[in-house]
Amino acid sequence: MLDLAIFATLVVIGYIVGRILEARHYKSIRAREQDYGDIMLFASRFPPTLNPLRQDLVAGSVVVSADYFKTAVARLQGIVGGRLKSYETLLDRARREAILRMKEEARGRGSRMIVNVKFQTFSIPGRKPGSLAGVEMLAYGTALLD
Amino acid sequence: MLVTNLEIVPGKRIGKHLGLVQGSTVRSKHVGKDILAGLKNIVGGELKGYTDLLKEAREEATTRMVKQAESVGANAVLNVRYSTSSITQGAAEMLAYGTAVFLE
Repeated sequence: MLDLAIFATLVVIGYIVGRILEARHYKSIRAREQDYGDIMLFASRFPPTLNPLRQDLVAGSVVVSADYFKTAVARLQGIVGGRLKSYETLLDRARREAILRMKEEARGRGSRMIVNVKFQTFSIPGRKPGSLAGVEMLAYGTALLD
Repeated sequence: MLVTNLEIVPGKRIGKHLGLVQGSTVRSKHVGKDILAGLKNIVGGELKGYTDLLKEAREEATTRMVKQAESVGANAVLNVRYSTSSITQGAAEMLAYGTAVFLE
């Protein structure tokens, strides 16, 4: 009974605080995406400009954690399968954050173009077997300066 | 040393291919950070400690790769890739690899 009470409390805290934090994060992401809108990303392997002055490897990464509510929902949903909306937004936030950090590094070097952008996702296992401590999202590419 | 994930360097010619170079490091989590991460798992959000840990590890792997490239006489590493894998519950390996070349 006590276990259930603790579990319920954590789920409620996770839901309320997690939602607030997520909304705040999305707000900050949108604002910064506007700000960094002048930096273009290309997934192509070859640079669109022929003679860049310089090229630098730039990267952005972030490790995010799911909240208790998301974890609980995901576990339940795992029984029936299908779309895990709670994790979708988590990974979306992480990827956009990683892109923004990569763009920040590019801007610091005076570049406005990143080519050959690659993404990599790495899940960090938690202490309990099968649990998830966090997910690392990495974005990297070559920033061109011309 | 030019480090890039492009396969060509515009305006430069590859004089010599010097083969694959790589650098890697295995890092383990700090117990304190682990406990903090456990708390963070309740409300969610960024695990700053882990972000920095993996970033440092990636930088070290890159540095080691660059050192190897220097030792074979390269002045650039092209087509650089990163790879991460978890070894055990508390440790991860970070690998950086690419092709060492001499640009003219």
